[in-house]
Amino acid sequence: MDVRLSPEQRALRDAAAQVVDRLGPRTVRDLDDRERAGKLDAAVDASGWRELRTATDGGAPWASGVEAALVAEELGRGLADAPYLGPTLAAELRRATGAPPAAAPETVALTPDLTAVACLAGATAAQGGVAVDAHGAAAAVVLVPAPGGHTLATVALADPGAAAEPVDLTRAAVALDPAAAVVAVPGQARLLSDEAEVRWTALGLALTAADLVGTMRGAVDLAAGYAKERRQYGAPIGSFQAVQHLLADAFVAVEGARSATLHAAWAVDALPADEALAAGAVAKAYASRAARGVCETAIQVHGGIGNTWECLAHVHLRRAILATDVLGGAGPSLARVLDHHRIGGARGLR
Amino acid sequence: MDFGDSPDEAAFRGRLRAWLADNNPGLPASSTSDEYWAGQAAWHRSLYDAGFFGLSWPSDIGGRARPSVYDVIVDEELAAAGAPPRPSLGYLVQGILEHGNEDVRARFLPGIVNGRDRWCQGFSEPDAGSDLASLRTRAERDGDDYVITGHKVWTSYSDVADWCLVLARTDPDVRKHKGLSAFRISMRQPGIEQRPLRMINGITSEFGEVLFDGARVPAADMIGAPGEGWRLAMTVVSHEREPGELGYVARYKKLVKELTAAVRAAPERYGPEQVRDLGWAIVEAEMLRLHVCRRLSDRLDGISHGPEGSVDKLLMTQVEQAVGHAALAVGGAAHGGGDDTWLKVYLYSRAQSVMGGTSQIQRNLVAGRILGLPT
Repeated sequence: MDVRLSPEQRALRDAAAQVVDRLGPRTVRDLDDRERAGKLDAAVDASGWRELRTATDGGAPWASGVEAALVAEELGRGLADAPYLGPTLAAELRRATGAPPAAAPETVALTPDLTAVACLAGATAAQGGVAVDAHGAAAAVVLVPAPGGHTLATVALADPGAAAEPVDLTRAAVALDPAAAVVAVPGQARLLSDEAEVRWTALGLALTAADLVGTMRGAVDLAAGYAKERRQYGAPIGSFQAVQHLLADAFVAVEGARSATLHAAWAVDALPADEALAAGAVAKAYASRAARGVCETAIQVHGGIGNTWECLAHVHLRRAILATDVLGGAGPSLARVLDHHRIGGARGLR
Repeated sequence: MDFGDSPDEAAFRGRLRAWLADNNPGLPASSTSDEYWAGQAAWHRSLYDAGFFGLSWPSDIGGRARPSVYDVIVDEELAAAGAPPRPSLGYLVQGILEHGNEDVRARFLPGIVNGRDRWCQGFSEPDAGSDLASLRTRAERDGDDYVITGHKVWTSYSDVADWCLVLARTDPDVRKHKGLSAFRISMRQPGIEQRPLRMINGITSEFGEVLFDGARVPAADMIGAPGEGWRLAMTVVSHEREPGELGYVARYKKLVKELTAAVRAAPERYGPEQVRDLGWAIVEAEMLRLHVCRRLSDRLDGISHGPEGSVDKLLMTQVEQAVGHAALAVGGAAHGGGDDTWLKVYLYSRAQSVMGGTSQIQRNLVAGRILGLPT
């Protein structure tokens, strides 16, 4: 056992941090700067991070869940408004069925409550679904039931620019057009087995947990920085113990969430599917609960300003709400943990 | 990054598992029973003699000079076997390794590591709790000895200790942190009075008060230089806050496993709130196991005596108290008599946010020394 990051993993993390620190939004107003967002998207595209889970010649992914999670954490920390989670999860589904990588930008569609990947039985998307992280995506991958498993299909997406203001100001979530056609993904070599779907879910839990860890870290940095600057009673508010203890608790929550999340990310490829899922559920339960508290603390430390649109604190909270809901937050994750321990998690906890 | 066992680690795990099958003393947890402490010395020596304790410490003091991550394997296997946790005294070893001279290290450490010598820790006083540096116990030079006079409290297991790591004021004329020195003093001498304290869960063997009234300690048994006592104390307490040093993951995992078995055996007896408390205890205990994997892996780059112990202490406290809440919710309080183990586990968990430095002190340290917030 040695859970230190390798030199290559540290370099990847640092590269992601540099890109998001240079091109990510530094203010709420920056979110409307299309030129900046375009540059960030181009930088993420050029980096190849969205292809980490595409298949090598042997079918294995280019990088493990750990690398994918390290990128997710840094993009979360910097509130990156460029797609990553959606394309990565779509690529993983394609890899699992042996389908070739998407020709055009693509994401995944989830059930309307976001707790699972959408599974559409009809010729159209009438059953409903929500494409997440949909900026710039031409289509969303969905499942179609088949004897012995599932196959993949895509649903074309409307331009998300026309959609209402998203919950997460950095990532679009777009309801599928009920009339849109469900089109089989060409070139699938095999069904998506139940086991492959479990492993895909484990990756999704690890990535969303990592996104939460990053978003939380960014929120703590933001609030601690503000507490050092903002003065009341003739002193920085960060010198007051009441404020210090809020921020200390927030920092500690991030550290706990990160430890669980690193393990979940490693487990995606290293453990049997059911154990990988349990590891993801532990991380997601912990990180979801922590993220809500940490982002609320960031708002509280900012006082009145923290409750205005102009303060970045709510952008962190909104990002955390989406990452929490994708594949289920604390409640559904706790139920998965209990199921894994065979103690009736389904009884009223979902 | 790899959470899995290397071939050597897997072989070690196999040997430990096989040994535990025959050598588990089946003691109750220290937190719930005075019986634990009675059997603890034998357990320590048994674990040490079989090669499963003191794994990461240098071989010249009786350690095995293995990578620190082997302690993770020990904690996991002890919990899986329902065996008692490993003895919690790594913080003493770290403090003496860091501050003791060669003579002190050679004389003091092997007996701590191999379990032949039992130590307690005399830091806190009735008027010096969180404000430890204000302590008033005096050490006055008398020939080749120092004479110790003062009143220590919360000295865990002092009644069975051979030795005490005592922090005392050697120089009353300098600023309060500067005038302290640390000694190893024999507990087997006149001039020492023991007063056990009963904890809120009823156990009497853990907590105590110790009154030193003219007890003697050779000057050669000072640990570190005169005036170095505060720095030594900070090294000791920084590691006393680390679950990886204490081995507490095994204790939490064992408790959670027993609670899980109870619910699995009779699920109809438990409602969603009880199951939810257990679910969080499972998540918390697993988080701490993984956090210790991370911390002990970081030690492969060298040990740190820094403020991250305060982060670990706050995490560990949340875990212990979440497990305590699950113990009360699932195990119940046994109002009509009978086995009150789970009530004792719950009540004992309240001490975790006080012992080794209160949660409020830990938050001060995180805020000031990690987040860099102004004072």
